[in-house]
Amino acid sequence: MESIGLTGYLGVGAVLFVCGVICMATKRNGIGVLMGVELVLNGANVNFVAFSKFGTLGLDGQIASLFVIVLAAAEAAVALAIALNFYNNHLSIDVDRGTELKG
Amino acid sequence: METFLFLLFGLAAAGGAVMVVLNQDVVRMAFWLIVSLASTACLFFLLGADFVGAVQLLIYVGGTVVLLIFGVMLTSSGPYLRIKSSPGEVLQAVVVGGLFLGMLVLTVMQVDWDRHESRLQAEYGGGPANDVGYNQQGEGSTVRNIGAALLGARFDADPQHPDRVKPGYLLPFEIISMHLLVVLIGAAYIARAKRKRPDSQSSSS
Repeated sequence: MESIGLTGYLGVGAVLFVCGVICMATKRNGIGVLMGVELVLNGANVNFVAFSKFGTLGLDGQIASLFVIVLAAAEAAVALAIALNFYNNHLSIDVDRGTELKG
Repeated sequence: METFLFLLFGLAAAGGAVMVVLNQDVVRMAFWLIVSLASTACLFFLLGADFVGAVQLLIYVGGTVVLLIFGVMLTSSGPYLRIKSSPGEVLQAVVVGGLFLGMLVLTVMQVDWDRHESRLQAEYGGGPANDVGYNQQGEGSTVRNIGAALLGARFDADPQHPDRVKPGYLLPFEIISMHLLVVLIGAAYIARAKRKRPDSQSSSS
């Protein structure tokens, strides 16, 4: 059990974070961008819980990850409402079409 | 055994995230997102955080992904199901992401976590992972402590310093409950049905 330690979990969290960032940057589908945000928050959660086990953080890390999960659910609800509104106005979910505010 | 389980679920989580990036079909992206999030919940169970793992399964896999799939169903009509990114953008993002991942992994590898933790333990006393009743191997019952901490009481005090009371989380709990109420009202307000399509301007709205 000593073979994994903190570094393995931090590596998994880093992979999740980077995949989320790439997903946010490259997807043109609005729902895909939302999935990238979920991946980023999930990577942060892995780091929180890993530090709660292996560091001196204790239960605080788990409670922080609980708050992150709840905020991610709230963010998904609001962002989905915005995406539906965008689809009603543009008849497409392509985020490159939202150019009304471009100067 | 724990190493095997970590390798299994860690590879499933990372591979699911990579497949979310690589797929262009939104429904398949949602499926791989479910794989990645469920594997992350199993990693949480492996870390002894049973309540956080259960909440991850319930809210993320059961709630958020279902919400995203509803969004896919409501917004994907015919030709807009697949929206390709140009290959130049993908190549650029992969190069930048690879550099970013290399930076993160190098940073994690270069920090000496054991020495850091021993320094922290010398300064603040024993880590909570060493406390009796917290998160021991094979125990992992954190539900009672988390529930008490969310209501402002802490039962997982440091046995070496019983006078040093950790703060509870009553105020963040209240703030987040108000936040959820505001989000509920705001989402219902934003997503309310109003027909303002550009092709139906002449019809009655």
